[in-house]
Amino acid sequence: MNPTLYAARLGLARGWAEFRQSLTDPQQLGFNVFFAVAFVIVLLFQRDSTVEGTNVSLAFAVLPGILGMLVAVGGLQGAAGSLAVEREDGTLLRAKAVPNGMVGYLTGRVVSVSLGAILGLVIIFVPSLFLIPELTGIGLTGWLTFAWVLALGLLATLPIGAVIGSLAKSPSTVNGLVTLPIIGVTAISGIFYPIFALPGWVQAIAQVFPIYWLGLGVRSAFLPDSAASVEIGASWRHLETVGVLGAWALVGLVLAPMVLRRMARKESGANMEARRQRALQRIG
Amino acid sequence: MAVVGDVDRWAHHAEPAGEPAVIAVRGLRMRYGSVDVLKGIGFTAHRGEVITLLGPNGAGKTTTIEILEGFRMRSAGEVSVLGVDPGNGNEHWRARMGVVLQSWRDHGRWRVRDLLYHLGRYYVPYSTPERQRPYDVDELIQTVGLGEQAGQKIASLSSGQRRRLDVAIGIIGRPELSFLDEPTAGFDPHARRDFHDLVHRLSDLDDATILLTTHDLDEAEKLADRILILAGGRIVANGSAGQLIRQVAGQAEVRWSRGGEHLVHATDDAARFVRELFAQHGEEIADLEVRRASLEDTYMAMVHRYETGHVEEAVTGFEGASR
Repeated sequence: MNPTLYAARLGLARGWAEFRQSLTDPQQLGFNVFFAVAFVIVLLFQRDSTVEGTNVSLAFAVLPGILGMLVAVGGLQGAAGSLAVEREDGTLLRAKAVPNGMVGYLTGRVVSVSLGAILGLVIIFVPSLFLIPELTGIGLTGWLTFAWVLALGLLATLPIGAVIGSLAKSPSTVNGLVTLPIIGVTAISGIFYPIFALPGWVQAIAQVFPIYWLGLGVRSAFLPDSAASVEIGASWRHLETVGVLGAWALVGLVLAPMVLRRMARKESGANMEARRQRALQRIG
Repeated sequence: MAVVGDVDRWAHHAEPAGEPAVIAVRGLRMRYGSVDVLKGIGFTAHRGEVITLLGPNGAGKTTTIEILEGFRMRSAGEVSVLGVDPGNGNEHWRARMGVVLQSWRDHGRWRVRDLLYHLGRYYVPYSTPERQRPYDVDELIQTVGLGEQAGQKIASLSSGQRRRLDVAIGIIGRPELSFLDEPTAGFDPHARRDFHDLVHRLSDLDDATILLTTHDLDEAEKLADRILILAGGRIVANGSAGQLIRQVAGQAEVRWSRGGEHLVHATDDAARFVRELFAQHGEEIADLEVRRASLEDTYMAMVHRYETGHVEEAVTGFEGASR
């Protein structure tokens, strides 16, 4: 039995367990319900208007972008937030004290963050099914496209999130490093309104980040091909989507092991104690 | 007996022939920036030995333990733990030791039994016929006295219960060597006694070597085969509790009363003094009490001796020692 593979298998079980725990966590539960309600209200208001020049309802046009954005938020925020918190509270040090514990820990985190992100999608998608009848008409090709966009989206965001979480000094730093930029990038990524409304140079910036491409990718999966006419270049640009998301994934997958290893090596009880003291000062 | 200056004499004392030391440290130094935290430490630990590391706060206890655990690189010196340099220890080496951390709120959403079971399984690939790993989870939960809390969420445990869980996690892999950094912090007297029984069982029945730090001198005296006192980055004493007490505070205090008057006398030879006392005054003697110097007296004397000898390196933080 290869101990590393064995630990990775334990990590799968660990990820599943932590995902299940997050389901019953009141704070997490409240957050999920709040999100679902907020989006349903937005979609309710958009239900009866249609996208100019088409017969696609506005709600149907906006939903894919929201789902795409949630993949990016789930991947980045989930990975960065949990790493920063678990570095501070000693979970990582605990993993380091166990043989191959880091392998198990990281596998577990990839599983639980991915499942958490998918749950975030389901929470929006299920009520949408009742509000947007077109959703039931997504064919197999659409679902397959959605599947690879989702997988690539997690690959593009989760490792980068882990890197940020390893570099952050404390969980509150993560807010500044992740949450605020996500809000900014979302605002310019054509999620809630067409990207055409923005100046050209802002559009260019938006297309550097994964959120725009995730929105575009999910739109390409759900919407009829005719809807591509209102996109940049009047095309779903799958090749570019794979290119940009793939590049982020590559950068993340190269950086993450190096940064994580460095962080794990530097992890010690004394460092944790120092962070604990800082955290207690924040709380107290 | 080791006092400042001839520490090296103790680096390789009493080494049984043929069996390599579980921990061997020589000339260990640690420097952070321009501050020397460890200034040349040497000691060995053998199979089945329980060693207690005492010292004021800031003396370098945690730094020493973290270097041995492989969590921290040293500045200089030779260190061998289970035959391996901790700087190069692999996961197989890691599987042979247990670490009790000073944790506080990790894994709060896990249940006690679930977490212990999960962490124990990492040791399965390292199980051998001679040393089955991990321990049985339910037995271990009973042993550390968490039977009633097995199904509880960890966040709901009291600090003492949490510390018991830390100890259980530290030994779940049936370690040949355990590092316990203040394992009994927050324990009530009952939990403390249970823990002492556990340490004795680990060292006697399982032949485990245990290195622990504590601020409780009674605990050190009860548990340790050998006590190391660390002050100002050096080992200022190394020996059994009895040896240390005899060495530093060899005097005993005799108290008695005669004709309603209470008297006190300090002597090197209490038995002889008392014999002479009775020979002289016979039945007039009442309320006789002979009090040997305690480990606490010894500890204070040793650290004080170190301090006065090295005024420029005065150790601070004594409040922790008498906790």
